[in-house]
Amino acid sequence: MGIHVIKMPDIGEGIAEVELVAWNVKPGDVVVEDQQLAEVMTDKATVEIPSPVSGRVLALGGEPGSMMAVGRELIRIEVEGEGNEREMAAAAPSGVGTAAEAVAPPEPVMPAPAPALAPRRAQPAAAERQASVPRRAGDKPLASPAVRQYAWDRGVELNYVAGSGPAGRILREDVDACLAGRGSGREAPAGGAGHAELEWEERVPVIGLRRRIAQKMQEAKRRIPHFTYVEEVDVTELEALRERLNARHEAGRGRLSLLPFVMRAVVLALRDFPQINARFDDEEGVVTRYGAVHLGIATQTDGGLMVPVVRHAEARDLWACASEVARLAEAARSGKAGRDELAGSTITITSLGALGGIVSTPVINHPEVAIVGVNRMVERPMIRGGMVAARKMMNLSSSFDHRVVDGMDGARFVQAVRGYLEAPATLFVE
Amino acid sequence: MNKRSTTLLVIGGGPGGYVAALRAAQLGVATTLVEGARLGGTCLNVGCIPSKALIHAAGEFDSARRHGAGSALGIRVSSASLDIAQTVRWKDGIVARLSGGVAALLRKAGVEVVEGWAKIVDGKTVEVQDANGPSRIACEHLLLAAGSRSVELPGMPFGGPVISSTEALSPSSLPRRLAVVGAGYIGLELGIAYRKLGVEVAVVEAMERVLPAWDEELTKPVSASLRRLGIEVHLGCTVQGLGACGDALRIRNARGEETELPADRVLVAVGRRPRIEGWGLETLMLEMDGRAVRIDDRCRTSMRNVWAVGDLTGEPMLAHRAMAQGAMVAELIAGKRRRWTPAAIPAVCFTEPEVVVVGQTPEDAAQADCIHAHFPFAANGRALTLDAPEGFVRVVAQREDHRIVGWQAVGHGASELAAAFSQSIEMGACLEDVAGTIHAHPTLGEAVQEAALRALGRALHV
Repeated sequence: MGIHVIKMPDIGEGIAEVELVAWNVKPGDVVVEDQQLAEVMTDKATVEIPSPVSGRVLALGGEPGSMMAVGRELIRIEVEGEGNEREMAAAAPSGVGTAAEAVAPPEPVMPAPAPALAPRRAQPAAAERQASVPRRAGDKPLASPAVRQYAWDRGVELNYVAGSGPAGRILREDVDACLAGRGSGREAPAGGAGHAELEWEERVPVIGLRRRIAQKMQEAKRRIPHFTYVEEVDVTELEALRERLNARHEAGRGRLSLLPFVMRAVVLALRDFPQINARFDDEEGVVTRYGAVHLGIATQTDGGLMVPVVRHAEARDLWACASEVARLAEAARSGKAGRDELAGSTITITSLGALGGIVSTPVINHPEVAIVGVNRMVERPMIRGGMVAARKMMNLSSSFDHRVVDGMDGARFVQAVRGYLEAPATLFVE
Repeated sequence: MNKRSTTLLVIGGGPGGYVAALRAAQLGVATTLVEGARLGGTCLNVGCIPSKALIHAAGEFDSARRHGAGSALGIRVSSASLDIAQTVRWKDGIVARLSGGVAALLRKAGVEVVEGWAKIVDGKTVEVQDANGPSRIACEHLLLAAGSRSVELPGMPFGGPVISSTEALSPSSLPRRLAVVGAGYIGLELGIAYRKLGVEVAVVEAMERVLPAWDEELTKPVSASLRRLGIEVHLGCTVQGLGACGDALRIRNARGEETELPADRVLVAVGRRPRIEGWGLETLMLEMDGRAVRIDDRCRTSMRNVWAVGDLTGEPMLAHRAMAQGAMVAELIAGKRRRWTPAAIPAVCFTEPEVVVVGQTPEDAAQADCIHAHFPFAANGRALTLDAPEGFVRVVAQREDHRIVGWQAVGHGASELAAAFSQSIEMGACLEDVAGTIHAHPTLGEAVQEAALRALGRALHV
């Protein structure tokens, strides 16, 4: 029997540190070759670390959420034969961890107990009774017909009563406890009859992608004095064009949403506003302007907000933009997006589609200097030629870095985007 | 035109309607009930009650005849004969007594009963056509309880030799050969009763087994009994129509082969449909679920203060469901807080042997993590003394906390177990609750306790 030590591999270009997001194994587990051991995260890409050997897990090198230097010991596995413990110790890179550190097996990490989610009772006496079984979402509350009627007659909804009986059955005492809790000086607000007070709390560690998002958002808001400018855009003609294009080309080229048109309009407008297609390194005091338009597209994933990048949007037509956005969104949502697909944008578009609301105050994707927010399109009565006409209206809420973009330039840029969108033929004029 | 007003107007005097009216009146709500035929509806007049009477009479006649052939019990009967007209009179007597009982209950509670056919004018007005001409009744709350009717087969309308369950329950004479279309519970109950009355019976079913709504384990003892009784069963067959002379039923099997079943009467029992036509229901333009009136968990329709209960609201079309809905609606109208939250609605089938199903079957519970166990009546002393060892009791419970989610049984007299089954599920009982309850010996109910014990891995008598 020998010990095989696996170190944190270098998974991104020039990254010295990665975050350990989750363990897929625990000490004592038997693992086979290629089985996923852990998930680690760089920038915004999550990478799974497979096991190169088969054996039994002896010790884990860190807790989920901790930052780990590349080359530090990740896990040690007991294997048949010699293992690599000795050679790894000898080859430990200096500056990352000393040889002594690498040899000493780290303390095994035990999974922390999950926070209790069971509703806590207001009454201490109730807490002494058999622990109540929390119902799974969608489970009907379990109570005898007599208890159901007892509760209804007192205005108590059984959905809000925790059951202390066998199999989580709600007893008459549970209803009484619910009523007593309501009456003990903390009256439910008027009109809130039937809703029990809930006292549970849950601690959710901010780790992984969520931590990245939190850091970036904080950085952006701390460093950048935002100014947000909202303008409404009449997209009636654009919508008509979009429908015609879809009617004609949907089968062959795919369906177009509004987004590719906005992308195209932004690309065209940026030709006259190079200061907006830029990144501001405020420590160096340098704004770098770009010929290429690498468009970040804010994308909601199960893990949280990600911003995959459509590279060289200036060289793509509507359908190429649409298909690239679809591909990137899928890659981001399935966690398959690479680092280069998640970094390097020069300006960002954010759109919540049908949830777009009327106004938003987008946060700039630091170190960029502008972000264009797309609000919901809605048909509104507008005055056109002295008559009320139903027009499809949509707002653009755009934020700029006021340190390097003047209000006038930001406004002119948005007006240019609006001009393209309201006269869609100009989108195709070079 | 005569005009009056009331608080609650109930259309239909079946189990759903009359219970709602009775309960509402008990709670002090001014209530009017409109019924065009006899009080008690399908259930009491042409459904549950008369069929059970006929089934009982047929059973008695059948045992008498079997004793005539020399029975293991040592009973000797010289010969048994049947006066079907008297049987029907006896049955009608029971029906009349129960219907009269409903009328008396309603009268005592102060419900105004209007005889006549109701026609909806709008959500607050109903026109009733009776012997004295039309009259209008205005109401605050309107309860729709018009029930259901038998479904006809296309190309074979009721009439002549083609009869529905209604006619089958009041035969003036018995046919020599009866063909039953549909092996659901109505078709089998009546088919078995007719067979026991001495009629040659053939059953035609489009699906591949009898009682197709239930699982095979449960229906197997019924299939065996059909064979023993000498009832021909044609599965996977569709009905093509009557023979040229009207004395046979043409059927086609899955391979496309046609045969003629000689039959001088054909009972069509292929289901029931909500009665939604002919009484102005469409003028309310209520939201529907297919052919049924859509209701929420308080039996409210899509129109304010218009309520619906029973068969009109779709499956399961069962009298006890309608009654519970009716009582709930009455209490809601009287200002109480109520909700439709039964844990299970029992279903019973009075075939031989009887079948009872409450809650989830092992098939229903296949996705959830459930355990199930059955206990055979062959190991139950009482069943053996009744000369009825066929069948079993089956229990389904959640593996995690042993909460009982379903009961099924098939066997002689098993329908009476429905009470214990429903009660345990409605109370949220665990297997240990039933296993730890002393069940009287010697009764069929011991099989209930034994099934629970067996699910817990500690059965005593098997």
